[in-house]
Amino acid sequence: MAVPRVAIQTADFDVAAEVAALRDGDGGVGAIVCFTGTVRDRDGAQTGISALELEHYPGMTEAAIERMIDEAQQRFDIRGARVVHRVGPLRPLDQIVLVVVTSAHRGQAFQACEFLMDYLKTQAPFWKKETTPEGAQWVDARVADDEALRRWGLTARNAG
Amino acid sequence: MTMKVRVRYFASLREALGSQEDAEIVAGTTVGTLRDALIGRGGRHAEVLARGRAVRCSLNQAMCGDETVIAEGAEVAFFPPVTGG
Repeated sequence: MAVPRVAIQTADFDVAAEVAALRDGDGGVGAIVCFTGTVRDRDGAQTGISALELEHYPGMTEAAIERMIDEAQQRFDIRGARVVHRVGPLRPLDQIVLVVVTSAHRGQAFQACEFLMDYLKTQAPFWKKETTPEGAQWVDARVADDEALRRWGLTARNAG
Repeated sequence: MTMKVRVRYFASLREALGSQEDAEIVAGTTVGTLRDALIGRGGRHAEVLARGRAVRCSLNQAMCGDETVIAEGAEVAFFPPVTGG
């Protein structure tokens, strides 16, 4: 049975278990690409980040990522994709996001994985608030993330 | 003839305005016009939704632009640029 393509959860995830579930005995898979994003204790000039709180828009977040996976499946020759994103309180070193893509050969899986992350960064409704020695503050969106999406011929006006 | 829409806020806008409220609009109102009407309430609305501030919006849980027309019973949301991943 195919696993759901999107999970938004407070719980941590097990990369090996996620990969195994996505492969699910598919003998046509010859490449698996995983991206795991983790929480840093620093961000540019900011150091000493002790906690991160992730907020999302229940319903819209899941739907937005489902559409991104549809788009990835149209653009790339991939066999499966799964996105897991954590919400709620997190700490440095915690895993925060997982994108797994399977394909027959590596090229398409590498590209689709990067496409999904670039898309997610600018189009999925999540917001990060970090706790620093100076207090809690919302994280600013990065123009570089909008530019990353432009490589795929898509225009993002999230940060800019 | 007015109609009611649900307005939701997230992240820093939620902290300033609460998570949701209802608004009365006239037929043909766009998301941008609604934002201006909310700014017109003054106070914190005027401050955090001010033009020139980076505020993104969605209609019925899909990202949209200012020009999108709102239908009866719609759910509109305003929020800062997204920072997931």
